[in-house]
Amino acid sequence: MNAHQSLAIGQPIETLEPISPAATEPDAMVRFEGISKTYPAYRGKPGVNALQNIDFAIPRGSITGVIGRSGAGKSSLVRLINGLEKPTTGRVIVDDRDISALAGRELRLAQRSIGMIFQHFNLLSSRTAADNIALPLEIAGWSKADIRARVAELLALVGIADKHDRYPSELSGGQKQRVGIARALATRPSVLLSDEATSALDPQTTRAILDLLANINRELGVTIVLITHEMSVVRQLAKEVVVLDAGHVVESGHVADIFTHPKHPITQSFLAEVIGDSLPVSLASRIVSEPYAAGQAVIRVQVRGAGAGDTVVARLARELGLDVALLSARIDEIGGQHVGSLTLGIPSGEDAVTRTLAWLSQYQFSAERLGYVA
Amino acid sequence: MSPELINLIIQATGESLYMVGIAALLGTAFGLPLGVFLATSRKGELFAAPIVNRVLGIVVNATRSTPFIILVVAIIPFTRLVAGTSIGSTAAIVPLTIASAPFIARLVEAAIREVDGGLIETASSFGASPLQIVFKVLIPEALPGLLLALTLAVVSLLGYSAMVGAVGGGGLGDLGIRYGYQRFMPEMMLAVVVVLIALVQLVQSAGDYLARRVNRRLRHR
Repeated sequence: MNAHQSLAIGQPIETLEPISPAATEPDAMVRFEGISKTYPAYRGKPGVNALQNIDFAIPRGSITGVIGRSGAGKSSLVRLINGLEKPTTGRVIVDDRDISALAGRELRLAQRSIGMIFQHFNLLSSRTAADNIALPLEIAGWSKADIRARVAELLALVGIADKHDRYPSELSGGQKQRVGIARALATRPSVLLSDEATSALDPQTTRAILDLLANINRELGVTIVLITHEMSVVRQLAKEVVVLDAGHVVESGHVADIFTHPKHPITQSFLAEVIGDSLPVSLASRIVSEPYAAGQAVIRVQVRGAGAGDTVVARLARELGLDVALLSARIDEIGGQHVGSLTLGIPSGEDAVTRTLAWLSQYQFSAERLGYVA
Repeated sequence: MSPELINLIIQATGESLYMVGIAALLGTAFGLPLGVFLATSRKGELFAAPIVNRVLGIVVNATRSTPFIILVVAIIPFTRLVAGTSIGSTAAIVPLTIASAPFIARLVEAAIREVDGGLIETASSFGASPLQIVFKVLIPEALPGLLLALTLAVVSLLGYSAMVGAVGGGGLGDLGIRYGYQRFMPEMMLAVVVVLIALVQLVQSAGDYLARRVNRRLRHR
C-alpha cells in the first residue's frame, strides 16, 4: 500500500488540525456546540429552522438513540455528523475534529471514519453483495488484494458469507441491511450512523439487525448513533438517548433515567408507545365518578425503577389489611429499569382510598384515583 | 434483381453502417459526458453550475429542433473544415454526429436522472469525489438505460442517414431515392426498405439483449 492508502484505514489524519483538547471532554465521540441549521426560503417555500440551540455530546463507544417524530430535525442532525451538510451556526466535533470546518478532500478523508446505514439500504443494484461492500474501499484507494480480504472478513462479521456473489435483488431486506452494515464498517470507522435502519424491516428482522449492531458495538467499540422514530429501537439497543422535537433537544441522558421520569410531553408519548397508557376497554367503560356501595375504587400506580413494582400489591394488602384487586398491569423494562403502571381495585370507602394513596406516596409511588367500578 | 443492383445494395449498406457506426461512436463520445453533465449540474447537484446547465440546455434544444436536412446544408462550411470535404460518406459523418450528440445527451440525462438520489448521498457519505460518483455509481447504475438510449440513437441515425444523399453521402436511403424513386425501380425501393428494417431489428434486439443482461434490478432469486 502507498501512503495515500494507509490514510484510509481509520488512522488519525495528520494533516488535519486537532482542536484544542480543552474544548472537548475526553469521552465525547460527537459533540454539537451551539448548532443551528436553517434552510433558506427557496422557490416560494418558506425557510425552515430545522435545528436550534443544539448542544450535546455522544459518548465514545456508546449506543446513543436520537428519537423524534418526523420533521423533528433528525435527518439534519445526522447529515451534520457526516459533513453532508454544514451548520448555519456552531460546530460539530467528530472524533476530536471539527468536521463542520472541513471541505473538499479533507472532508472526504474524514468521512471515511464515519460509516452510515440507511432505511432503504441504498445498495447499488449493479453490484454484488461483495462489490457493494468493496465500494468504500475502492473509493479510499485500497488495493484489489486488500479489498478482497477485507470484504471476506466483513461478510463473515455480518453473517452472510454465503451471499458473496448475490445481487441486492436476490437478497431479503434483512440481508440487504447486513450488506449495508458491512459496507458502512468497511473502512473501520469510529462512528456508525444508523438512519432509520430498521424502519423498513419486520419486527423479527429488526430484532436480528439490532442484535448485530449491539455485537458490533461490543466487539469493535464503534460508537453507534441510532436515528429513529421508533421507541422500541431505542429501548432494545440504546444506553443513551436524545429526544428531539421541532428542532430542539428536549431531553437527553441515560435511557433508564429519561424514560423512568419523562418530563417533556413528547418523551411521555414515546414512552406510552411501549408501555401503553390506556386502560383495557372493558375496564375503562365501566368506570364512573361516584362510588358504588360495595364496589371498588380504581387507582393507577406508576411503576418506575429497578424492581419497583415487584411487591407493591402484596405489601399494600398486607400492611393496610385491604383486599387489593389487580385490574390491569403493564410493566416493561427500559435500560434495566421497570417502567409501567398497575391499575388496582380497592374497597371504595373514602377511608381506604385515602390510606392507600398516602401509603403509596410514602413509598414514592405516583398514583391517582381514576374513579369507581361496581 | 441483377448482380450489379445487388452489389449496389451491399455497397450502400456498407456506407450506411460506416456513417452510422462512426457517428454513433462520436455522438456518444460527445453526448455521454454532455448528458451526465446536464443531469448533474442543476442547483444543488453534484457539479452544480445552473447557468452553464441552462445555456447548454438551450444549445441542445436548438440543435434538436433544427430539421436534419437543414442542419446538413447549414453546416457545410464547418463540415469542410473538419472533414476536408463537404461531400461523401465521411463528410456526412459530421452532421450526423452533430445531430446525434444532443439527442444522446438528452437520453443519457434521462437515464442518469433515473438513478436513485439516495445512492449519490450514500457514496458522498463514504467520501467519494464527484468523479468517483459518476464512474462508480451513476454510470454503472444507469447502464441498462444508457444501452437502450444508445440503441435508440443508432436507430434514429439510420433514419437520418437516409437524408445525407443530399450531400453525396451515399448509403441505403440515397440508393432508395435515386434508384427506387427517381428511376422507377420499385423492387430496389423494396429491397432497401427490407434491408433497413432488418438492420433496425438487429440493432434493437442486440440493444435489448445487452440492456437486459446488465440489468440486475429485475433478477429474482
